Amino acid sequence: MPESPNSPGQRAWSRFRRHRLALPSAIALALLLLVVVLAPILLHLAAGSQIALRFDPERLSDAQFQPPSAAHWFGTDVHGRDLFARVLFGAGVSLLVGLVGAGVSLVIGVVWGAVAGYAGGRLDALMMRFVDVLYSLPSIILVIVLITTLEGLLKSTLEKIHAPWLNDSARLLFLFVGLGSVSWLNMARIVRGQVLSLRSRAFVDASRAMGAGPIHILSRHIIPNTLGVVIVYVTLTIPAIILYESFLSYLGLGVQPPMASWGSLIAEGADQINPIRTYWWLVACPGTILVATLLAFNCLGDGLRDAWDVRSK
Amino acid sequence: MYFLKRIIFALPLLLAISFLTFFLVRVAPGGPFDRERKPASPEIERQLQAKYHLDEPVWKQYLRFLGDLSHGDLGPSLKYRNHSVNDIIGQALPVSLTLGGLAFGLALGVGIPIGYQSAVRRGRWQDYAGSLFAILMVCIPPFVLGPFLILLLGIKCHLLPVALWESPAHTVLPVIALGLYYSGRIARLMREGMLGVMQAEFITTARAKGLDEHTVLLRHGFRLAVIPVVSYCGPLLADLLTGSFVIESIFQIPGLGTFLVNGSLNRDYTLVVGLVLLYAVLLIALNLLVDFACALLDRRVRYA
Amino acid sequence: MAFTSAAFCGFLLLILTGCARPEPQADLVIANGGEPESLDPAIVTSYADMRVTKALFEGLLHLDGIDGRPVPGLASHWETSPDKTIYTFHLRSNLLWSTGEPITAEDVYFSWKRALDPATASDYAGQLFYIRKAEEFYTGTVKDFNEVGIRVLDPLTFQVELNSPLAFFLDLCCFPTLAVVPRKTIQTGGDLWVSERPLPSSGPYCLVYWRLNDRIRLRKNPAYWDASRTRSELIDILPTGSPNVALNLYETGIADIVWDKDLVPTELLDVLKLRPDFHTFNYLGTYFYRFNVTHKPLDDPRIRRAFALATDRERIVHKLTQGGEKPAHQFVPSGVANYTPPAGLPFAPIRARELLAAAGYPGGRDFPTLQFTFFSSAGGAAKLQGKIAIELQQMWRENLGVRIELRQIERKIFYNAQSRLDYEICASSWVGDYNDANTFLDLYLANSGNNRTGWKNPRYDDLIHRANAQTDIPARAALLRQAETLLVEEDVPVVPIFFYAGFNCFDPKKVGGLHQNLLDEHPLQDLYRITPGGGRKPGE
Repeated sequence: MPESPNSPGQRAWSRFRRHRLALPSAIALALLLLVVVLAPILLHLAAGSQIALRFDPERLSDAQFQPPSAAHWFGTDVHGRDLFARVLFGAGVSLLVGLVGAGVSLVIGVVWGAVAGYAGGRLDALMMRFVDVLYSLPSIILVIVLITTLEGLLKSTLEKIHAPWLNDSARLLFLFVGLGSVSWLNMARIVRGQVLSLRSRAFVDASRAMGAGPIHILSRHIIPNTLGVVIVYVTLTIPAIILYESFLSYLGLGVQPPMASWGSLIAEGADQINPIRTYWWLVACPGTILVATLLAFNCLGDGLRDAWDVRSK
Repeated sequence: MYFLKRIIFALPLLLAISFLTFFLVRVAPGGPFDRERKPASPEIERQLQAKYHLDEPVWKQYLRFLGDLSHGDLGPSLKYRNHSVNDIIGQALPVSLTLGGLAFGLALGVGIPIGYQSAVRRGRWQDYAGSLFAILMVCIPPFVLGPFLILLLGIKCHLLPVALWESPAHTVLPVIALGLYYSGRIARLMREGMLGVMQAEFITTARAKGLDEHTVLLRHGFRLAVIPVVSYCGPLLADLLTGSFVIESIFQIPGLGTFLVNGSLNRDYTLVVGLVLLYAVLLIALNLLVDFACALLDRRVRYA
Repeated sequence: MAFTSAAFCGFLLLILTGCARPEPQADLVIANGGEPESLDPAIVTSYADMRVTKALFEGLLHLDGIDGRPVPGLASHWETSPDKTIYTFHLRSNLLWSTGEPITAEDVYFSWKRALDPATASDYAGQLFYIRKAEEFYTGTVKDFNEVGIRVLDPLTFQVELNSPLAFFLDLCCFPTLAVVPRKTIQTGGDLWVSERPLPSSGPYCLVYWRLNDRIRLRKNPAYWDASRTRSELIDILPTGSPNVALNLYETGIADIVWDKDLVPTELLDVLKLRPDFHTFNYLGTYFYRFNVTHKPLDDPRIRRAFALATDRERIVHKLTQGGEKPAHQFVPSGVANYTPPAGLPFAPIRARELLAAAGYPGGRDFPTLQFTFFSSAGGAAKLQGKIAIELQQMWRENLGVRIELRQIERKIFYNAQSRLDYEICASSWVGDYNDANTFLDLYLANSGNNRTGWKNPRYDDLIHRANAQTDIPARAALLRQAETLLVEEDVPVVPIFFYAGFNCFDPKKVGGLHQNLLDEHPLQDLYRITPGGGRKPGE
């Protein structure tokens, strides 16, 4: 290696920077996050002005199904709402859902899989059968039961503490719980598969011989070695969850209208593909944005993988 | 020995899954006979409940279910009242096995070579093209790809039938729409597995010995690189073989996926429990197979 | 890699060889709506299922395909007693099951008794409760079935005694629940008797096969009394789950007819409407919303009237439904036999605001946030529900200054919540069972399970009961009209939005015998293909 880095952090950073697309992707994602966070605030500040009306995702008009134009960059939908504004405001829900799901699968999934794989024997059997049971249960029923019972409980408590306005955010929270509860299972399985193969490798044996405890071995040797697969699987989990959310919305368990999410916008748009007349922008615009965002996530993941990969020299 | 134990252990596991599902569907609000129109008298509703023993305590219903199950009978469907659950599974399972099996084959057949090429040609155009394809497939859900393919190949070009399940030609579009979606995931996992293996010591050693790199990678690297894909394949294949709701509804295919989703929505208790049991049997069997395959692929893997 | 491709090729071969099923082409292929829950006439509840059931099992009367009026079926003629409570039906002498045995009055007796038997658990057993002692038998207060008012006088004569005169009894005799079903098959086959082969049928068609979610094939029943009028030999029914699939099947020529209002994509109606193969007509159904009148402040009729006056039906019909639906100001659809509905409440935002102010909420100030509940698109109502909700939310905000929250829930949870009055305002729809105002107005009787508003008015109940016992048609219509005025102008527990339109898609140059009528009634017997030869099938 040409440069002689000092700390592991600096080494990682320089590797990250060398990845051609990772840094631009990170910057693009940061910008997207900034816009998503700022848009509602700006809209609120500029309430009543021309600009606010133009970007209000809930404003109905008679201009139904307008194709993209200077006035409506992404066109309009059945209610005459500006699709660009809806994609912009839908980004918040979708990114949040995707990231929370990814976070759950990262934390619970990786730890669960690593512990099961490393411990082996009875504990492994027990933990993995638990995953099997959860995975077998019909996810629709599971989510319906989870959300309706939680909602019932929360609604009565909210009424008791006189804060029913929290209802909307509470629903979103249930959505996270519902999605999170099913998102980590495959991650656990994949990590376990990797760990089973890693735990009898030479470097693990060496570490064990030197008297390292299981927590040390797991956190220092085994989990870092699975990081590549973990990052790839996380980048696969994010779109899966964003799209799964649209399925829950279709069941009436996801975001409530008139709120939008990318998944539900794409699902609505896909419904418009037919032989007689297709309002292509309804699926193409939110779809392109989703693909672009996920490309960025993947490049970022690739860069991170390179940066932290313990095996690369 | 380990695998024998697993097989014996499967029975209580299935029992647990059936009990949880049995209980869960009944906890969900709304019942099979909640509809837009109510019968003219509450007595009729009571009779409906009584006919299917839904007025009994849940434990009693469960014991009754186990009793029937011991004769291989999953009970009558509550929604499709002229059919037993066995009959429904008997009609829909072959369809789902065909569709799911073909889609699985396509996903592996496309995903593995692309993932492998991407890893071996890392940083070159093959890698970028392969990764772009994989990510596109991951992001374009079947409910977009399906209608698009129908429009393009079915309606505009008149090449393939747009729906139904009759001749081999009818399988092409649904298999493509379903298989490509998963091929993207497999390609990503394969690429990653391969990248990991390419840095391993024994490959470097082999390379240093002057062996042909491709032979080494294919002969020694591939077995290890494919492990993440294999771990993922267990649940994936179980999912695919028990039907895909989205594809089945887009192409009007009489598979199991529609029955599971509609059964859940209709609170068709018996149908849901029957389908979940079938799914669980497949899942447990396939995961066992996956663990077995992993042990074969990587001799260092020990389960006990 | 080699093994995966080998496996793949193996699979392909398996499919290519194992899949071919040579079968004759049907004369007509019909996209019919969701997979039938059942083909047992005592069990079916949805309109799509009934269309198939009616072709297999006929009643004493059936509806004709031109204007949906009752005409003689298995019974050739009948007499009524002077007080109109006893009907004596005379069966035709040439009635045979498709398997060759004669159909007798005993079969009619068995079929009606079976529909009334609690063990059958028929949803529509209530259609028979107008018969003397039938309800008492069902609920167990009468144990002996012989007390129930149906009798076999001789093998070809069947007599029915009603509780009181009933203006629409002959319409009920056309209803599938009262159709004649094969006794022997049911006694041997039990609940799954429809799967028995051969399945004896009393209607113009018999069942060749029924493959779930795939296809139902019907063949002409040569033993049917009117078989000479049956036009098509083979008819295929495709269970079709979504409008997009139906459209694709139709546009590629696989389906000849699409005939369910839920199978037409609403976004395309403005284009489809102009095509010669698209037929739209008035339909016996109403889309409306219910108030939970036990929930404050909706217990105040002035507020309910204010909401009704602030609802711009024209806007919903023009912007969203687009299929020629008529804005509804009454609950009973226009065109129902022997009835003229009242005027109802118009769209009058100024009056609405005045009423709201009189009720104590000038300009909507201090009005609590109410929830508008509807079921999600997975319920199958073509995603229209959510769109209407969004427009209503905006309308009430603009016209009344009130804030409405939308609550979208899963369908079964929705119906459950609706029956338990766990809602504030909710979207609803109702489709009539027969061509009479009673099938709409009896919903809001105090003890009706379909009331679901918490609204009770003894005056309303009294008007309906008096009307149904009235044999003079104009006098009856006047009583019903008074009741409906109470419902849609004064107390307003429900606000109608529009009357459904029915849609049939077929090329009139290719398909004959299909007429449009209020009941969306199209007997399969009348349908035929005009140009000979089977349907074109791509991929063959």
